[in-house]
Amino acid sequence: MGRITLEKVSKSFGQVDVIPPLDLTIEDGEFVVFVGPSGCGKSTLLRLIAGLEDVTSGEIRIDGTDATGVPPAKRGLAMVFQSYALYPHMSVRKNIAFPLRMAGMDAAEQERRVTAAAAVLNLTDYLDRRPGQLSGGQRQRVAIGRAIVREPAAFLFDEPLSNLDAALRVGMRLEISELHARLRTTMIYVTHDQVEAMTMADKIVVLRAGNIEQVGTPLQLYRSPRNLFVAGFIGSPKMNLIGGAIAARHGAETIGIRPEHISVSAESGDWHGTVGVSEHLGSDTFFHVTCDGIPDPVTVRVGGEVDLHYGDDIWLSPDTSHLHRFDGQGLRVA
Amino acid sequence: MATRHSRSAARLMMAPAVILLLGWMLVPLTMTLYFSFKRYLPMRGDSLERGLDWVGFENYARFIGSSSFWPSVQATLLIVGGVLVITVILGILLAILLDQPFWGQGIVRILVIAPFFVMPTVSALVWKNMMMDPVNGMFAHLWRFFGAEPVSWMSDASVQSIILIVSWQWLPFATLILLTAIQSLDSEQLEAAEMDGAPVLARFFYIILPHLGRAITIVILIQTIFLLSIFAEIFVTTGGSFGTRTLTYLIFQRVVDSQNIGLGSAGGVYAIILANIVALFLMRIVGKNLDR
Repeated sequence: MGRITLEKVSKSFGQVDVIPPLDLTIEDGEFVVFVGPSGCGKSTLLRLIAGLEDVTSGEIRIDGTDATGVPPAKRGLAMVFQSYALYPHMSVRKNIAFPLRMAGMDAAEQERRVTAAAAVLNLTDYLDRRPGQLSGGQRQRVAIGRAIVREPAAFLFDEPLSNLDAALRVGMRLEISELHARLRTTMIYVTHDQVEAMTMADKIVVLRAGNIEQVGTPLQLYRSPRNLFVAGFIGSPKMNLIGGAIAARHGAETIGIRPEHISVSAESGDWHGTVGVSEHLGSDTFFHVTCDGIPDPVTVRVGGEVDLHYGDDIWLSPDTSHLHRFDGQGLRVA
Repeated sequence: MATRHSRSAARLMMAPAVILLLGWMLVPLTMTLYFSFKRYLPMRGDSLERGLDWVGFENYARFIGSSSFWPSVQATLLIVGGVLVITVILGILLAILLDQPFWGQGIVRILVIAPFFVMPTVSALVWKNMMMDPVNGMFAHLWRFFGAEPVSWMSDASVQSIILIVSWQWLPFATLILLTAIQSLDSEQLEAAEMDGAPVLARFFYIILPHLGRAITIVILIQTIFLLSIFAEIFVTTGGSFGTRTLTYLIFQRVVDSQNIGLGSAGGVYAIILANIVALFLMRIVGKNLDR
């Protein structure tokens, strides 16, 4: 079980309020991702849940019992750190067994659990090595192994993939999702990478300056961002946000249209522009188009390979059924 | 950089330093070895011009056969060991303390380092006359305040006193090295251990102490080299009496007090052998610790 409830939890460092009072409920078995730009308080929030920081006010409940003053070790949570935080002088086996040893478990049971965890994480051949002799991905797996042997109520991940290279990151992302599918344990995952958030989460919590901007499933956030910040943050490439006269024509202060919801034509359309830089990815092509009357270049996604070049004249037509309208406060207009 | 040309150039440029160092070490070493096989008593008229008598291993036999040889080796090891234990243990505790954030940290750190800059002769004299004097010393006043009989440190607890004085001098060094080592410990490791359920003491023994292993080895190695040759502290306090005659001090007495240069040189060779035995042990520990 791992249902975590935050009630009016706030955190201040001296005069600085890092997290104004917020409420959040994480259901048992959910994969929740905290996402936001750096310095938005997402790591602090995770550390509050872990117990590594004391809350300034409010209450944290784990499975219904108040855990606000409970020391980290007693909360039944396991954490995977950004730097992996492996113990360099211990072998992989000892690293993974450390929480069990601290709990005073007998040696046979320790060995059984370590072997099981190593099998799950493909670490069986590396059990007698030291962390220094492992690659980044393997270290990451050891850190996860150290977390799963405890059979915690919930896993906490603090930007676990940010030290890995791009190819490995995609692989580890899958492995963590796979692990969650198998264990069905609550996981809270902190990242600044919205792609990680979109691909892994059951529920995304978008944070800015300690405030929760929106909570929802990845597709909810993608389809109906609550405000301009979420609209710009979720989705890759970013949503095109257009103000001024064009927005007024659609009855809004600002309109947003995703690159994939714009169609391209050589002859006719709503907006006329010239093709700027194009990015060919094979499956997709992204064009940055400078349009008349729109200050920023508009990003357009076209499926497959398209024969358009720098300086070509084209017409763009937004798909009005996927148009997002925002008012003067930056909030979504239904 | 590893072309043949650059390598020979590097050798050429290093040559002066190497030759100077070799000369610096080799000349005294050969002279010591040479004198140790000779009868050389300047007060009895022996001199280099008139030629010295070859006596074989007589000096060696006399030095080791003297009743003060083994006690001096014992005293040396006792003082070196005692100082090492005190400085390493207190050094670790002080380093942990100084690593905590507190008001006035910068000044306190400088004050902690201060004893290292006091000359050995001066600090020993200050300890002897200001702290340990049985009549006017601070300790005597303290003892009397609590109604106890003041201890005459230099005669009744002479070895302990020397260990105390030398430890006071070397504690800053150990603290400084261990402090920098503690500061390099990744705080996430401690947090991970905390999450893993390790209480404070377990975190110290499983995480902090192993992390300090390398620094502790270096402290022990460097201190041993210097502690084997402490002299001033003994000279100005007990003058080698009351069981504080170390090997170094014994050699000094043989050469300067007894004016027997041959015998002193033989003692010097024994000191070299002792230092090498100690160094051998240390290097094996260091090798084990630095290999990781």
